[in-house]
Amino acid sequence: MSKAVLAHRSRVLAAVALGGALGSTLRYGVSLALPHADGGTVWPTLTVNVLGCFVIGAFTVLLAETERHHLLRPFLGVGVLGGFTTFSGYLADAGGLLATGQPLYAALYLPLTVLLALPAVVCGAALAGGLRTRSRRAPGTATGGES
Amino acid sequence: MTTLLLVALGGAVGAVLRYGIDRGVRHARGSAFPWGTFTVNVVGSFLLALLVGGAATFDGLGSPGSRALLVVGLCGALTTFSTFGQDTVRLYTSGARSHAVRYVLVTILGGIAAAALGFGSTVALAYL
Repeated sequence: MSKAVLAHRSRVLAAVALGGALGSTLRYGVSLALPHADGGTVWPTLTVNVLGCFVIGAFTVLLAETERHHLLRPFLGVGVLGGFTTFSGYLADAGGLLATGQPLYAALYLPLTVLLALPAVVCGAALAGGLRTRSRRAPGTATGGES
Repeated sequence: MTTLLLVALGGAVGAVLRYGIDRGVRHARGSAFPWGTFTVNVVGSFLLALLVGGAATFDGLGSPGSRALLVVGLCGALTTFSTFGQDTVRLYTSGARSHAVRYVLVTILGGIAAAALGFGSTVALAYL
């Protein structure tokens, strides 16, 4: 492997690690900030997963358009958003509901997250698409140009 | 403060592992189906259940520090919901609607099975 390739890969891994540390810390912050009764409620995980899906939807549209830095996707997409959202925590929440004798809530929580998170991806993408179109139409903007 | 650093450290390692596993699986399978993300989510769910189940048996695993590092940090970041959601929407909008539905079901059922296996094995170990 050449020195340049090795240096590039190290930079990508560092961006993923840094993003993962940041995203996980943010997720932990949300879990502290949101009220959770004893036994643990599902709100923190539901919040990070739906919010993270919204942001990744927007981010994907914006990144496809702009002159992107090659470390932006590893840092933001893989690192921050991947670290912020969690699938294991989602199942652990359902397990917690089951363990505390609330199987009905566990059965509702699993599809509820999916039914909120998937539209969140679409909404994020639609919002970013709308903003992009507006900024193109706005007079005096140098970027864009195709009509 | 220490807890925060442990979460960050676990998160950094988890994210790098997810990136590596995803790339490795994608390279090996080379299909449009997101097997890489599927793998990390199932493996991470197994690991989390193993740790949570193990904490009931082995005191060290149940400490706040190891929970922050391994459960919140490592397992939390090893698995992802954002890429799972994004891939599902991508499959759906690209016309592979049945693939999208299958992907969601296979991931959730696979994750539950892996978690049950992880938790079950710690219960079995406790009785040994």
